[in-house]
Amino acid sequence: MMGRSAMDRPTQSTGNSDDTFKAELLTLVPYLRAFARSLSGRHEGADDLAQETLVKAWQSRSSYLPGTNLKAWLFTILRNQFYSERRRAWRQEPWDSEKAANLHSYSESQTAAADLSDIARALQALPNEQREALILVGAGGFAYEEAAKIINCAVGTVKSRVARGRRALMAILDGDEQLPMSDRPPEGEAAREILSQLDRLVPHHGGDKRR
Amino acid sequence: MSKDKAPITDKARYARLRREAIGQGLRRLYDGVVHEPVPDEFMDLLKKIDESTDPERAPS
Repeated sequence: MMGRSAMDRPTQSTGNSDDTFKAELLTLVPYLRAFARSLSGRHEGADDLAQETLVKAWQSRSSYLPGTNLKAWLFTILRNQFYSERRRAWRQEPWDSEKAANLHSYSESQTAAADLSDIARALQALPNEQREALILVGAGGFAYEEAAKIINCAVGTVKSRVARGRRALMAILDGDEQLPMSDRPPEGEAAREILSQLDRLVPHHGGDKRR
Repeated sequence: MSKDKAPITDKARYARLRREAIGQGLRRLYDGVVHEPVPDEFMDLLKKIDESTDPERAPS
């Protein structure tokens, strides 16, 4: 479920490898946030998703094979988390165009900011399988082979999904298709989930982060 | 990314430019988030995770 097996676990001292692992997690946080936000099309919920991924990754760290692509391993976890969560809790709500415009914050110096928010919205209009393929390959810079491992499908399948996703995105942006409604998670849902996971992780974790 | 095999018509040229612009937009959306400062919550979370497995290293 969580990716690679732990059959070749190295014989490092756990303290050291845990430190290294945590340091590597930290360096990859920006990418987790970017993947979460592009995948979900949301701002707040996306960070919750990225944090849940870190917790899951930490819990499963013994199944990560050092020397393999940690970013891809984390993305696999994030992706699984995203789809299982969405099945569980996220439901249809009216599209909030003001929120939508703020989904991605980018500096004004970047040209065609309006264009970017159009692209962000159009991306959410794609079928899941095309969106994730396009994000991984087209935005995240993963090779088709790496993306195929993350998605757990054949390389050829990724290629065709990326190609179809590009065409669909273009059709939407050219106005051939309607931008659809989007769904948003209930406020605080994901945050509560993280806190409950933390409670299990950290028995003495107080209510300090609760708002 | 795509090779020009057919003679370039205006339509094909337009499509290619659009495709490139959209591809660039996708990367900018993603990179824009990558380059945002990481919120403190993430550091806090990793700290807590640490304490949970190594109580002796709890912060002073």
